[in-house]
Amino acid sequence: MIVFENVSKFYGEILGVNKINLSISRGITSLVGPNGSGKTTIMNLMCGLLQPTQGSISVLGIRPNQPEKLFRKLGYCAQFDSFPRGITGRNFIQSYLEISGYSLSEATNLTNKALERVNLVEAADRKVDSYSKGMRQRIRLAQSIAHNPEVLILDEPLNGLDPMARAEVIALFQQLSNQGLYLILSSHILHEVDMMSDRVILIHNGYIVADGAVEGVRNEMQEHPLQIFIRCDRPSLLAAKVFQQDDVVEARLHKDRQGLFVRTVDANKFYSSFNKTVLEEKLKIESIYPVDDDLSAVYQYLIGSEGS
Amino acid sequence: MSSKVEVYQTQEVKENLPLALWWRQTFAIFRTEAKKNIFNRRVFLLYWLALCPAMLLSLFCFLPVPEKSLSNVNFFNIVFAQVYEALTLRITIFFGCSWLFINLFRGELVDKSLHYYFLTPVRREIIVLGKYLAGLLTSMFLFVSGTAISLFMIYIPRGYKAGIQHFFDGPGLNNALAYLGISALACVGYGAVCLLLGTTFRNPTIPTVFFFGWEQINFLLPPILKKLSVIYYLQSLTPIRLPVGPYAIIAEPASAWIAIPGMFFLTLLVLFLACLQVRKLEINYGND
Repeated sequence: MIVFENVSKFYGEILGVNKINLSISRGITSLVGPNGSGKTTIMNLMCGLLQPTQGSISVLGIRPNQPEKLFRKLGYCAQFDSFPRGITGRNFIQSYLEISGYSLSEATNLTNKALERVNLVEAADRKVDSYSKGMRQRIRLAQSIAHNPEVLILDEPLNGLDPMARAEVIALFQQLSNQGLYLILSSHILHEVDMMSDRVILIHNGYIVADGAVEGVRNEMQEHPLQIFIRCDRPSLLAAKVFQQDDVVEARLHKDRQGLFVRTVDANKFYSSFNKTVLEEKLKIESIYPVDDDLSAVYQYLIGSEGS
Repeated sequence: MSSKVEVYQTQEVKENLPLALWWRQTFAIFRTEAKKNIFNRRVFLLYWLALCPAMLLSLFCFLPVPEKSLSNVNFFNIVFAQVYEALTLRITIFFGCSWLFINLFRGELVDKSLHYYFLTPVRREIIVLGKYLAGLLTSMFLFVSGTAISLFMIYIPRGYKAGIQHFFDGPGLNNALAYLGISALACVGYGAVCLLLGTTFRNPTIPTVFFFGWEQINFLLPPILKKLSVIYYLQSLTPIRLPVGPYAIIAEPASAWIAIPGMFFLTLLVLFLACLQVRKLEINYGND
């Protein structure tokens, strides 16, 4: 069990999180909130990267200020997209395993398994600097799971992943969850995590505003379509194609005519059909990401209904 | 992504003695950091810095030196002692160690990669120790070698008899070993203080300048305060005493039996403080 007891964190006079009381059990728990809401602060507190101003935290009975015990059981894939200079993917994983105390052969073995799990074996000996954003995300994920932790904390793990990699990573999370791990992940996109989460905790301005099983939240989400922005080589064609999908309620070209906004009531269904369309029409996708505005609307809705 | 589901158990590192584990972790950190330090492209500037005194002394190979001076070993001893104290010790080693040791932690905070260390099952004291030892290896490699090359440059290239005799039949070899030892000790002391500065201050430039000033005005300080500096112990060990100037407050130099353990005691104290700082250190890159 991961327990937060009346935890507050202030950065000087700025509030990080306030009076957090939480008990997290096995399965997938998602922390959802807009940027700056306090998700990363909660995760960093759990890992001892930050120290609480007040309150206490324990992870499987271990205090976060005991790294030598905690990180035998916990893996953390932080949000920072940075790496030691000039390191290769393989060395990145292996060197930290050796630092953890594993022998060379154990570290090599665990590194290879972790690379296989995130499908990065072929690129393992390239420098991380040459990786795409999605590959960097996956190598960080591999590093955090390499020692087979019991608790896995992932800060915005789907950021920067293309739809295919996103589906693969979600499948991996579900595998890990089925193995009985504690999986805690954060996202600022509720749609992104609701399908895979057992529990969703909504955070706003450093406070928990909603906490519970995902079904209730999901029902409310149906009334608030997710807006996605896609930049590609033939946005008009894509707009025509996606508009035929049941889940899409709006497809609107961006004013520069290089991209399009799509509003969908079922993000997973949309991504699945979208992948097929891209392959059939051989579209070149430059970027795809959900637009935050909808989340704010959901928050307003939830804060209005569940807050005070 | 691999589709097969494998059941992994959380694997405990089989270890009975934590000392053995700590040693292995320290060595792994040391190896990683030493590689980073020695082969880092930015360290080439330090290579140049370490060679500055040798380059200056190499001028003796080309500049005309009076015939009288060539046979006078004391002349070369004094020149070397002056260059060593004024340039090697106070500038080259000081700034070299500052750059190297401050960046052990501060550099990783700037690069946003320190959290990877903090997310391993390693006590933070071990991280400090491993990084410090790696910094020590690099600085000793650079500055002890630099001192050796400087000694070579002043005594050997001209191959004059007096120099050779001084080296092999006189006190030259002992003096040279003393200078090499002082350079190593300077890395130990300056390294520890700079590591502490790098872990304590968000912008260590001002404290480093203050520390530099403190070391420079050491000759003006009362004896009790002199003992709170690195240079006091180092100067006490130099084989050739140089005049300290008319305004200096003279203090009895520490004997080697006090200077060397004193230096190590100071270093241990400073490293202990650095460990306390690192235990409290939070990863909050936005503010660094």
